[in-house]
Amino acid sequence: MKKVLSGNEAFARAAYEAGVGVVSSYPGTPSTEITEHVSEYTEIYTEWATNEKVATEVAIGASLGGKRSMTCMKHVGLNVASDPIMTLSYTGVNAGMVVIVADDPNMYSSQNEQDSRHYARFGKIPMFEPCDSSEAKQFTKDAFALSEEFCTPFYIRSCTRVSHTQTVVDLVDRVEGPAFAPENNIPKWVMIPVNARRRHKLVEHRTELLTELAEGDKYNKVTMRDKSVGVVCAGVAYNYVREVNPEASTLKLDMVWPLPIEKIRKFSESVDKLYVIEELDPFFETEIKAAGIKVEKLERSLCGELSVDAVRALFNGEEYEVESDNSLPFRPPNMCPGCSHRGMFYAINRLKLFVTGDIGCYTLGLLPPLQAINTTVCMGASIGMGHGLDKAAEGMSEKAVAVIGDSTFLHTGINSLINTVYNKGNSTVIILDNGITGMTGHQPNAGTGCDIHGGNTPKIDYVNLIKSIGVKPDNIRVVDPFDVTACMETLKEETAKKEPSVIITNKPCIFADRTVIDAPYFIKEDKCSGCKICTRLGCPAILWDGEKRVAFIDETLCTGCHLCIKVCKFGAIEQRSK
Amino acid sequence: MKLDILMVGVGGQGTVLSSNIVCDVALANGFDVKKSEIHGMAQRGGSVVTHIRVDEEVFSPTIPAKSADIVVSFERMEFLRYADYYGDNTTLILNTQVIAPPSVGDGSAEYTDDKVEEVKKQFSKVYATDAISKAIELGNPKIAGMIILGILAKAVHFKKEAWEQAIKDRVPPKTIDLNMKAFDLGYNI
Repeated sequence: MKKVLSGNEAFARAAYEAGVGVVSSYPGTPSTEITEHVSEYTEIYTEWATNEKVATEVAIGASLGGKRSMTCMKHVGLNVASDPIMTLSYTGVNAGMVVIVADDPNMYSSQNEQDSRHYARFGKIPMFEPCDSSEAKQFTKDAFALSEEFCTPFYIRSCTRVSHTQTVVDLVDRVEGPAFAPENNIPKWVMIPVNARRRHKLVEHRTELLTELAEGDKYNKVTMRDKSVGVVCAGVAYNYVREVNPEASTLKLDMVWPLPIEKIRKFSESVDKLYVIEELDPFFETEIKAAGIKVEKLERSLCGELSVDAVRALFNGEEYEVESDNSLPFRPPNMCPGCSHRGMFYAINRLKLFVTGDIGCYTLGLLPPLQAINTTVCMGASIGMGHGLDKAAEGMSEKAVAVIGDSTFLHTGINSLINTVYNKGNSTVIILDNGITGMTGHQPNAGTGCDIHGGNTPKIDYVNLIKSIGVKPDNIRVVDPFDVTACMETLKEETAKKEPSVIITNKPCIFADRTVIDAPYFIKEDKCSGCKICTRLGCPAILWDGEKRVAFIDETLCTGCHLCIKVCKFGAIEQRSK
Repeated sequence: MKLDILMVGVGGQGTVLSSNIVCDVALANGFDVKKSEIHGMAQRGGSVVTHIRVDEEVFSPTIPAKSADIVVSFERMEFLRYADYYGDNTTLILNTQVIAPPSVGDGSAEYTDDKVEEVKKQFSKVYATDAISKAIELGNPKIAGMIILGILAKAVHFKKEAWEQAIKDRVPPKTIDLNMKAFDLGYNI
């Protein structure tokens, strides 16, 4: 049966068809929907893990236990997961294991633009890169069988344009994975030096065998057309090349590691000019040149994503830049109307605190008018950086706070808080607990009280958790983020203390709990003084009427959160009857 | 038959259903189809864009410059951001609903009505309608997208029955009648 599926749906379908037993992941754009779609298949045990490292370890354990397993993450998630994966390369697998990593060229929803192909070479782990949903499914299925055949984890590299593009896919039935007994093999699985030295040799031998696979007929197909131009390319870049220059001969690299250098050499000898077209780093180009193969020079930017127009410009030797009309009023992403983060950011803004920030919806607190984020580096960085700031800059802890969401705190923030307490820091941490992993599309986490399917689970008790870490009970404060006055008072008190403090907000994301949505508010024109204080909340539902010089509320957007009545000094805002 | 459709709007307007239906119709008519969109951060009230490409064989998931056959703008000014994509023979389907960008909302910038009128003239055909008001008249603002889809269906060459089938397959059973009414309204504008 043919269907139009996104790359992420196709990866999930591959797990189903390949008889996968266990999938554990942490959400991250553009990879999130893979695991969400896997969870729709009742045959597969699926979970949201607390971070990518944990998810990977769960998948390794499942492979050890005899079931095909998979973990899916965004490119920066692979940094977190890389510790177990680098040594998983040595142990190899029992049942097949696949790691899907989705890169984000052009950083539509990411803090950096790293090229994950380097991890394949770095960890000596083979990597497939599909160009559309059909290949996404086929390569992932193949990877499970090859993982078992070569005793190796397998990477699949996706990118935003593969994960979030729908293309036509042919669906088939599920076939249960081959039966593996749980494995107990100490020389293979206990990576103490004496064992790891032996395994390393096997890894090097495995790369030789995988290179033979890459050099063979099944993958990395050469298609001869016009012999004057030959192009080596992979993934989504292959599509651009085919559209721009349909007559060019191509060597499409399905496997981006290890590379079939001899096949590339032969291809280069059969065409007049050899080009390499790839997105981000010159990964293929460097390897191919190092093998002494002549590659035509292209003035390619190492930043951003390719496109038909960008590839055409490359071939024509023209400069390519995306033009945008900066005269238009900008429409950046924004915290939603009713967002439970807004009140705390308003309070931080009023107190002019310096904020070490983190990764999540609340990173949007950066934008005007709130402008209450001063740093964003990686998941969990806010707390460690806040502590470093405190140790380096005298008096800074009285003017600074670390801001982190609940899911990010559980991901990698908690370790940093332990460090702050252990090392007698003074910093103040705000955990914006809205009960959900928001930015990636509202996935439950260990603090939500339910699992990926919505079933009840134990719920983290943040106050007791933080108490047990060693923060003094008096310094652990739970506040209502819609109570701006209470937020400001609490911030003043806790930043003044020469001890670590944690402030926890206690209102849910409007998507996590729809019952908080209430009748909308409206502004009485005759009472509005035009002071604009409510517009400084940055709520998308509060608008300014330039002619009448009054604020008004778009009642179709308002969720009735009542934050605006807390800042209006003229009593001009009232709620519609319910 | 090449058909490149660029759908633009504001995060949360729900363009996903409309674009999925276009893909289903293209596939049912034996064409290759690709649809590319951006999720995640941009969805929070930001500017969003979906590329739909239909042809015998489609390579790039995104539409090259100047080659969109149809631009569907779910918000009055959003199409202005994608001027690179329209050529000499591009049709504009415009929902005239205004969603104020934050800088307009807080009074620090002006909405660009004049520019909307000026740039509209570049299109070979323009179908503009206040889909939200029409949807509210039908009983639910959420079906505005289906009115727009009806206009789009009229502008391209697939049979009406194929659209109706795809809608039936995609919307909740209880809402089929309302969705069909909205689709017909758009189709007959």
